[in-house]
Amino acid sequence: MTAQETAARSTSPVSAIRADRRRGRSRALRVSVVAALLLLVVAAVSLTLGAASVAPADVLAALVGRADRLTSFVIVELRLPRLIAGALVGACLGLSGALIQSVARNPLASPDIIGITAAASATGSVALVWFGLTGLALSGIVLAGTLVAAALIYLLAWRNGVSGYRFVLVGIGIAAFCGGLVSYVLTRADVSNVQQALVWITGSLNAVDPSALAVLAVGTVVLVPCALLVGRPLGALSLGDDLASGLGVRTERTRLAVVGVAVALAAIAVAVAGPVSFVAFLAAPIARRLVGRGSLALVPSALLGALILVVSDIVAQFAIPGVVLPVGVVTGIVGAPYLLWLLARTNRVGRGG
Amino acid sequence: MTSETMSPELSARGLSLAYEGRTVVDGLDLDIPAGRVTAIVGPNACGKSTLLRGLSRLLPPASGTVLLDGADIHGLPTKQVAQRLGLLPQTPTAPDGITVADLVSRGRYPHQGWFRRWTAEDDEAVAEAMTATGIADLADRAVDELSGGQRQRVWIAMALAQRTDILLLDEPTTFLDISHQLEVLDLLLDLNAARATTVVMVLHDLNLAARYAGHLIAMRAGSVVAAGDPTAVVTADLVRDVFGVESVVADDPVTGTPLVVPLGRHHTS
Repeated sequence: MTAQETAARSTSPVSAIRADRRRGRSRALRVSVVAALLLLVVAAVSLTLGAASVAPADVLAALVGRADRLTSFVIVELRLPRLIAGALVGACLGLSGALIQSVARNPLASPDIIGITAAASATGSVALVWFGLTGLALSGIVLAGTLVAAALIYLLAWRNGVSGYRFVLVGIGIAAFCGGLVSYVLTRADVSNVQQALVWITGSLNAVDPSALAVLAVGTVVLVPCALLVGRPLGALSLGDDLASGLGVRTERTRLAVVGVAVALAAIAVAVAGPVSFVAFLAAPIARRLVGRGSLALVPSALLGALILVVSDIVAQFAIPGVVLPVGVVTGIVGAPYLLWLLARTNRVGRGG
Repeated sequence: MTSETMSPELSARGLSLAYEGRTVVDGLDLDIPAGRVTAIVGPNACGKSTLLRGLSRLLPPASGTVLLDGADIHGLPTKQVAQRLGLLPQTPTAPDGITVADLVSRGRYPHQGWFRRWTAEDDEAVAEAMTATGIADLADRAVDELSGGQRQRVWIAMALAQRTDILLLDEPTTFLDISHQLEVLDLLLDLNAARATTVVMVLHDLNLAARYAGHLIAMRAGSVVAAGDPTAVVTADLVRDVFGVESVVADDPVTGTPLVVPLGRHHTS
C-alpha cells in the first residue's frame, strides 16, 4: 500500500462523518428556507385580501409609507398587526411544542394537550366574564395563570425527577380541571359575555390589542434565543436520562429550564390570541418528519408553526363569506384528526406514547 | 494527559445506595483496578446495576463516597467527570431516524462548552471511535435499520468518542446472540489492550465474565462476596454462595480460566 493510499484510508472516516453532518445541516436549512419563503408568500397574499381588496403594488406602497391614507390605514393599522400577531403566536407555539415534546420524549406532550393552554382558557374566561378584563390586563392575567398552572403540573409530576409519561398524565388531569372551570364560568355568565369569552377561548386574532402585541414581539425576541440556548443539551438528553447524565448533562436542571422557556413561549402566545389549539401539537412533528434524522428541528418547528397559523387565519377569515371565524376553529379541525391518528397508532405500537 | 504519572482509579468507600429509602447496596468498599477489565457478576436484583449507577455518579450515595482519582465524584463538575469516565447504560434510546455518525458524535458533548464549536479534534475522535468499533462504513446509515450487534457497536463507539480513561457498561451483551456477545467482549478487550482503558462491566454470564475479565467482583444482596482474579475467585463454593446453585468448576479447555457447569436438581456430579 502506498503512503497516499494509507493517507486516503485514514482520512476517509473523517470525511464520511463531515459529509453526513453537512447533509443533516443542509436538510434542516432547506426546510427552514422553504418554510420561510412560503410564510413570506402567504403573508404577502394575506395583506392583499380583505373586505377592501388591495393590489400588491398598493400593499408595497403602504408598507413603505407611500400609499393614500385609506390604504395605509387598512394595511398598516388593520392587516399588518393581525399578520404579525399570527406569525409570532404560531412561531412561539410551534417552538414551545417542539421543546416540551422533546423534553418529555412524547409527541402528546404539547402545551395544548397537557393543560398549559387549558389553564389559559380558564384564567382568561374568569378574567373576562367575572372581572370584565380586556386587552393588556387580560393578557397579563392569562400569562400569570398559565405559568402558575405549569408550575403546578411540574410539581405534581415530580417524583425523584419528572418522567415524560407522568408529565403528560398530570397535564391531562389539569386540563380536565380547567375545562370544568371554564364550563362553570360560562354557564353562570350572561349571554353577551359568553359570546365574547367563547371567541377568545377558541383562539382568535380578531381583536389583537396593540400593547399586548408589543409584549409578544419583545417576548419572542428574548425567548427564542433563550430556547435555542437552553435547548443545546436536548440532543444528548434525547438518548435517555442515564446516558445524558453520563455525558455530563444536568438532566433535571435542563428539563426545568427548557420547560420554563417553553411555557413562557406558550403563555405569551395565548395571552395575545387566546388558546389556539393544535398549532404547538402539529408544528414540531411535521418539522421533524421533514428534516428527519432524529433532529430536534427547533427553528423549522417555529417557522412551520407561524405558517400553519397564518394560513389557518386566512382560511378562518375567508372560508365562509361574510363570517370571520376564530382561527382556533380552523386549527382545531386540522389538528384533531392528527391527534386521533397518533393515539390510534400509539395504542397499536403499544409503547404508550 | 497524566495517565502515565497518575493512573485512573475509581473506588468506593463505605458506599450505600438506596432507591426511595430501600437500601440496595450496603456499605461497600471497592477498588477498581486501573487499566484492567473488571466484571461485576451476581444474581438478579443483587445490586450490581445499582452499583454501576453509583460508581458513575448517576445515583447519589445514601452514605459513603465514590472516589475518582481520590476526589469525591459528586464534588466534581459533572462535565469534568464525563471527560474521565464514560457510561453505557442498559437501555439507551436512539431518536427515530438518527444516523450512525450523528449518534456517535453526541459522545463529544462533554468536550463542548457554551461557545466552543465543533472542531477537527471532535471529528477525529468520532472517526477513531467508529474505526475501532468497525462501523466506519456505516456513517450515514440510520441506527434503527441496523442489527442488534451493529447497534451495540454504535453505542460503544459513542462512549469511545467521549475519549475517557474509564468505561462503565451495564450488561453490554444483553439481547445479543452468542456471536455478537463475543464480538462485543472482544472489542472491549481490544480497547483495553490498545489504550489501557479501564473497563468495568456488569455481566450476566459467569463463564464469559471469568474468561474476559482480569478482575471479578461477585455480589449478593448488596454486598461484595468475593473480588479478585477469576482463577482464584471462581470456585464451586462461591457459585453456591452467590447464586445458590450447585456446580462443578472445571478448567476452560481453551483459556484455562474457570468454567462453571451448573448442576440443577436432575444432575449430580
